[in-house]
Amino acid sequence: MKKIKVTVAVTGLNNTDNPGPGVPVIRALRDSEFFDVRIIGLAYENLEPGIYMPGIADRIYMIPYPSDGVEALLERLAYINSREKINVLIPNFDAELYTFMKSGRQLDAMGIKTFLPGLAGYEERHKANLPAFGKKYDLLVPDSVELLSVGDIGRLIEKFSFPMVVKGKFYDAYIARNKEQLASFYSRIAAKWGLPVIVQEFVSGTEVNVVALGDGLGNTVGAVPIKKQYITDKGKAWGGITLDDKNMLDLTHKIITETKWRGGMELELIRTSANDYYLIEINPRIPAWVYLAVGAGQNLPEALVKLALGLEVRPFTTYEVGKMFVRYSYDLIVDIDKYERISTKGEN
Amino acid sequence: MRLKKNIAISESGFVFDPNSGESFSLNRIGLEIVEMLKQGKTEKEIQPRLLEKYDIDSTSLDKYYYDFLAMLKHYQLIDENEEN
Repeated sequence: MKKIKVTVAVTGLNNTDNPGPGVPVIRALRDSEFFDVRIIGLAYENLEPGIYMPGIADRIYMIPYPSDGVEALLERLAYINSREKINVLIPNFDAELYTFMKSGRQLDAMGIKTFLPGLAGYEERHKANLPAFGKKYDLLVPDSVELLSVGDIGRLIEKFSFPMVVKGKFYDAYIARNKEQLASFYSRIAAKWGLPVIVQEFVSGTEVNVVALGDGLGNTVGAVPIKKQYITDKGKAWGGITLDDKNMLDLTHKIITETKWRGGMELELIRTSANDYYLIEINPRIPAWVYLAVGAGQNLPEALVKLALGLEVRPFTTYEVGKMFVRYSYDLIVDIDKYERISTKGEN
Repeated sequence: MRLKKNIAISESGFVFDPNSGESFSLNRIGLEIVEMLKQGKTEKEIQPRLLEKYDIDSTSLDKYYYDFLAMLKHYQLIDENEEN
């Protein structure tokens, strides 16, 4: 079969100890037997490792931070698109998703397709809205409260007992075991990610996760449940294994069907000793460990590109159980001229 | 007491529970017991076989054997629905 040529722009090239999903997404697309991909890497920082990794991106462009506003981003993308003719764009950071979702019409006018959640779906699954989300869709979720000032901590202690989970609106989570830790984590997260800081009731059990892709019509295109076997001090998976867990898949199908989820997602769940499943978070994008799903037989990034292009996608029905990933770090040797081009011209 | 059907056991004594994602290493005798459970033998059938095969008194065997079975249960490797 002749492969279809497609140019895909991808963010999240920060393959660091807090990895973005860009590099695994690109590896998945390079594995595709359907597409012949040309990859345009979009980077925010000039030392994102994916910029320098051989065989990952064909071209690299720096793009402005979401905080610089939609206009700056669209202007830069228009320039990049005039040179690269992008067919599909896959944003991979929580913090940038909103900007890309809001720009869907303008991107479409440039001929750039995306496959992202709708704004309503994106908003209702926000960490701060999780109790209402759980109630609406009849899901077990931990109770949570938004903190807007240190003064709210006293009120919180009356509601929950320690330990509590303190979370940033996009990233970061810490377990606070006393009032002092709670205040310290609140300040650290507020300074880094802004307000609100979310405090969740602690649910005891094993964390398990699902990567899934919804077609926006209520169908699950693919879903692979895993357990993270090794978690770094930043809370990132450094090893994981695929599971045979029908309950996790049933829960995923239920959420995708009822929310008509569009795009990639990661479900973070706690399985209690009584085998109840608490939904602790829905990340509205493909996770950085997605390549495990590819290795287990579900190339979800390839399916996402097909959906973005309006091509027919047959849902995956199986995956290999007991497939593992082990992440590693590796020192790339880089010539300074490449770093220079990225730093001065913003492209390479 | 039955092992869960989907538990994978290798010849080297490596056990993988695809439901929890947990894996365990068994010594030779642990593997022998687990394999007999997997074949559908009951705990009462297994015990005299071990007593016959190994140089151990009945009291010591009871202690270690039931400790081991409790451990299998603790790690949720036993099918609770078929336990009785």
